[in-house]
Amino acid sequence: MDRVIEARDLRKVYKMGEVEVEALRGVSFEIQRGEVVAIMGPSGSGKSTLMNTLGCLDRPTSGEYILDGEAVASLQDDQLADIRNRKVGFVFQSFNLLSRQTAITNVELPLRYSGNTSGRRERAIWALKAVGLEDRMTHRPYELSGGQQQRVAIARAIVNNPAIIMADEPTGNLDSKVGKEIMNLLLNLNRENGTTLIIITHDPTIAEQTGRVIRLRDGLLENGS
Amino acid sequence: MTLAQAFFEALESLNGNKLRSGLTVLGIVIGVAAVIAMLAVGNGAQASITGSITSIGTNLLFVFRGSPESQQQGPGGGSGNNDRPLTLSDAAAIADPFAAPSVESVAPAIQGNGILSFGGESTTTTITGITPEYFIVRNLELTEGEFINQEHMLGRMSVVVLGPEAADAILGRHEGIVGETIRIEGQPFRVIGVLVAKGGGAFGSEDNSAYIPFTTAQARLLKRSSRDEIDILYVQATTAESVPQAADEISNILRQRHRTPIGDDDFTVFTQQDFLQTFQAITGVLTIFLGGIAGISLLVGGIGIMNIMLVSVTERTREIGLRKALGARKRDILIQFLTESSLLSLIGGIIGILFGWLISFVVGQIAAASGTAFTPIVGADAVALATIFSAAVGLFFGIYPANRAANLEPVEALRYE
Repeated sequence: MDRVIEARDLRKVYKMGEVEVEALRGVSFEIQRGEVVAIMGPSGSGKSTLMNTLGCLDRPTSGEYILDGEAVASLQDDQLADIRNRKVGFVFQSFNLLSRQTAITNVELPLRYSGNTSGRRERAIWALKAVGLEDRMTHRPYELSGGQQQRVAIARAIVNNPAIIMADEPTGNLDSKVGKEIMNLLLNLNRENGTTLIIITHDPTIAEQTGRVIRLRDGLLENGS
Repeated sequence: MTLAQAFFEALESLNGNKLRSGLTVLGIVIGVAAVIAMLAVGNGAQASITGSITSIGTNLLFVFRGSPESQQQGPGGGSGNNDRPLTLSDAAAIADPFAAPSVESVAPAIQGNGILSFGGESTTTTITGITPEYFIVRNLELTEGEFINQEHMLGRMSVVVLGPEAADAILGRHEGIVGETIRIEGQPFRVIGVLVAKGGGAFGSEDNSAYIPFTTAQARLLKRSSRDEIDILYVQATTAESVPQAADEISNILRQRHRTPIGDDDFTVFTQQDFLQTFQAITGVLTIFLGGIAGISLLVGGIGIMNIMLVSVTERTREIGLRKALGARKRDILIQFLTESSLLSLIGGIIGILFGWLISFVVGQIAAASGTAFTPIVGADAVALATIFSAAVGLFFGIYPANRAANLEPVEALRYE
């Protein structure tokens, strides 16, 4: 198995006025392709910062980060945007769908920014089928239940066939039954397509379903597991 | 993202907030409509004035008594001083083809107001004593009858050529009236001709005039202190190009005859070009002035667009964050918002052009209804100007909000509530 994520001594310093806050203080770990990993930690532990860094939304202050064979720690904004587009699929707690657009247009959105125009519709249909929403393609978000909206978001995350899926509290806005369905869907997608899945959560029952848990405390790994 | 996609997304987004888009567009609509209407009215005014000046006659020069300075109080306004009057012998000297080769013909005239009457009807009009050359120089045509000729002149005959308006006023018609005898200031005159209606001119309506032989006027109606004194001299130059030359020749002859030093003329030579230039300068300033005011409202509309786009960027911060997370580059976001703002103002521009055209059409109709021949002209240049300007306004005032959107940090934007 090859390594899809290689993080070496990641540090992140925020300046809050005069005070410097160290959100990450030297974090190193690896994630293999096809793994399911949970990142846990109390609030203020640097969880969000780590997720933003792994998802290429932000750059570390220092350290090395190799995602799917590409060193991304020092890339420019637009290059990062390109990496996000091709290699990362995001699932957010609050779904973040475009409310005026239909499900299929929402799913197509990453493809619009990747520049390849051919087969866009087919890819989007494939992704919606994969999450079991082929009969809701032309519905708008407000016509869908919370669970269905999150399925659309998952379809959007997988449509570009990314190297990793970053799910930030994917079941946080859902009741436990629907939350379980969403978790099963994510795990299924991991099993069937071998997509690496990183879940940020503080729900232990979700962490139990993953293969490995990375625990953070005060910007450091807790046990280096 | 291609431009076509950006266009459709912008259309969708504007469509999603119809009332706000509509109100934003309104500012541009009003601005562009104002620009179009103002320029159309300005152009129309210019064309109508130019037309009426040209209709006075071709290659025409006017010679008045009094210096150019005194003429600024109005033609004929400065004749109360020591300036020597123009005389028939001045006219004869100017008509001399050797002294003034650029002069085609000369028509001296004396003018005054008088009462025309027929039966119980009477009207006050301008009575002009003229020579036969007048009709050629002034480019006049008859609907019936004949012009005043040399025979009428020599016989000091009591004949009159009427303008159609003057004829209507006293006879109730302007056809089939040749041979009628009307009274001017109580003296009987036989109608020998009726002029073609010309519409209002720069010197009052020629339609409301009566023309009688110069000799008759001099002897009986419009007496002047000296027997051969004239009020105004109409001169026709041989060609349009020779008008300035003719003006020089006339000035030289009159300076010699009046023995005035150079720079202290007691007469004024005015060409049609002078009139045209004066009026074109006035209407030009007017058009720029009106257009400028209209341009300000376009500017205000543009600021409205900027305002709304800033609100929109703030409102859609999360959306922008999401798009960035999904791989939108700065350029993609920039294009998205610029397309939206340009589309807003372009739509406003198109509606404004139609609206402005409608306004100028209505203005034209009102002018026509009130008897002024005046057609506002919506020029292709005005339309092009308004289109380009409105799109540029949208682009310009969209740049700042779009830049703000494009430079949002994805992490910050996604966290925004």
